Amino acid sequence: MATLTRDEAQALIQEVLEAYPDKAKKDRAKHLAVNDPSVEQSKKCIISNRKSQPGVMTIRGCAYAGSKGVVWGPIKDMVHISHGPVGCGAYSRAGRRNYYVGHTGVNTFGTMNFTSDFQEKDIVFGGDKKLEKLIDEINTLFPLVKGISVQSECPIGLIGDDIEAVSKKKGKELDKPIVPVRCEGFRGVSQSLGHHIANDAIRDWVIGNRDGDTSFEVGPYDVAVIGDYNIGGDAWASRILLEEMGLRVVAQWSGDGTLSEMELTPKVKLNLIHCYRSMNYISRFMEEKYGIPWMEYNFFGPTKIAESLRKIAAFFDETIQANAEKVIEKYKAEYDAIIAKYRPRLEGKRVMLYVGGLRPRHVVGAYEDLGMEVVGTGYEFAHNDDYDRTMKEMGEATLLYDDVTGYEFEEFVKRVKPDLIGSGIKEKYIFQKMGVPFRQMHSWDYSGPYHGYDGFAIFARDMDMTVNNPCWNSMQAPWLKKDAASA
Amino acid sequence: MPNVMIRKNDAGGLLFYVAKKDMEETIASVETDTSETWGGEVVLTDGSRWYIDPISPPPVFPTTLRFKRGDE
Repeated sequence: MATLTRDEAQALIQEVLEAYPDKAKKDRAKHLAVNDPSVEQSKKCIISNRKSQPGVMTIRGCAYAGSKGVVWGPIKDMVHISHGPVGCGAYSRAGRRNYYVGHTGVNTFGTMNFTSDFQEKDIVFGGDKKLEKLIDEINTLFPLVKGISVQSECPIGLIGDDIEAVSKKKGKELDKPIVPVRCEGFRGVSQSLGHHIANDAIRDWVIGNRDGDTSFEVGPYDVAVIGDYNIGGDAWASRILLEEMGLRVVAQWSGDGTLSEMELTPKVKLNLIHCYRSMNYISRFMEEKYGIPWMEYNFFGPTKIAESLRKIAAFFDETIQANAEKVIEKYKAEYDAIIAKYRPRLEGKRVMLYVGGLRPRHVVGAYEDLGMEVVGTGYEFAHNDDYDRTMKEMGEATLLYDDVTGYEFEEFVKRVKPDLIGSGIKEKYIFQKMGVPFRQMHSWDYSGPYHGYDGFAIFARDMDMTVNNPCWNSMQAPWLKKDAASA
Repeated sequence: MPNVMIRKNDAGGLLFYVAKKDMEETIASVETDTSETWGGEVVLTDGSRWYIDPISPPPVFPTTLRFKRGDE
């Protein structure tokens, strides 16, 4: 099927909305739009960051997921207590593949699950005593732990435990930062508020810890990589490019990051933000308090990498700018070969995306480098500022869907018939059973890294092996095929 | 009376950011913007009006200021 025209796309949205009762239809209509790259302000055509309708299938997460799973979880030398009943921590443990180096259980704790395992009596009598005991136990069993964060689950807010008081008391006793995070799952409409709460907790309890300390030697080329969660090694693939340019990466937030890296971040010269949605809050704060400028960059696909490297270099002197050109030149042969190999196999294929955070707009450039076209994109939990940035990246008359429901997404795919879908695990098997090639774009389908030049090679290979997999020709049972041929 | 963070964008214009609302707009005009004072009525590119009592000397951006809605 050819690309939709603007009218056809509008008609498709109308048709899909017909299935809803009036009230739901009115609400959902605001979240679906046809892209017009000339529009400056997304709020004129798409509404985002609103509560999902009851009764529809949404794939959003909760504030706890945003704080513990995304922002705090990857900090490797801290213990993150899932404070509350056992399930939240157990089911979210190590699912995001935030890679790190270290000895798990000795000096790093990334894939372990710590929980206060609330029972009925803790709900009735309060869990503060239990939390105190737990913190002591952690400090005895894992003496190399650098700090502890208390990630609240829903009941903590409901019964009104004073985790701040416990944290202050215990922090003084153990002389380690203990950070209470009020990220109860019921707060907000999606994991997005969890990111914000986590950022605020970092601001209040971590950032200022070394303000008076001048023992850290600052250099002229210090930068911090912010909002890269090292999924499948992403941050490492980004970091080597920055280091080859001659920059010193002081901190990685928060993939493979440590507490002391975060405390040293106020001393850098420039903050580089990859995931704008989850970490812009802290960058804005550092800009205001410490005067550190921040910029967004994009390390997906050679076009965007070169663009970003030049933009980053523009903040520094000529040596860095010359180095940036050298880095781009150095990898040119490598990525040209990849494009030469995969582009003929992927040219003209159409992709629909539905992910969270930064990917619905950042990976567009990487697909375009491979000659593919993104015909629809949407975010789980974006705000208007994300759509402002997305609309410029996307082509004319492409579909935009905010917090898309299971039903809408299926209908869109049936009509648009993309050659590839990039979304999460909850959509994966539905679309594979429908016979549509699918990549799980939250954790790169257990592959990765996808950032940087090294990541682009893996990205191209993965897209090729998914789209051109022979299994998609065998979706129909052989006896049905014969039937169709004879009829 | 929301807390508004004002910062410069790449083009040198002023951005008006309300964290609670995730609203980020460019400032179109400021009533008084001299070397002595900054403030008064602020109009954004989306047409909304905000007010702040003139500050002197002018604040150093980025900074957080408390604005009033223009229609209050």
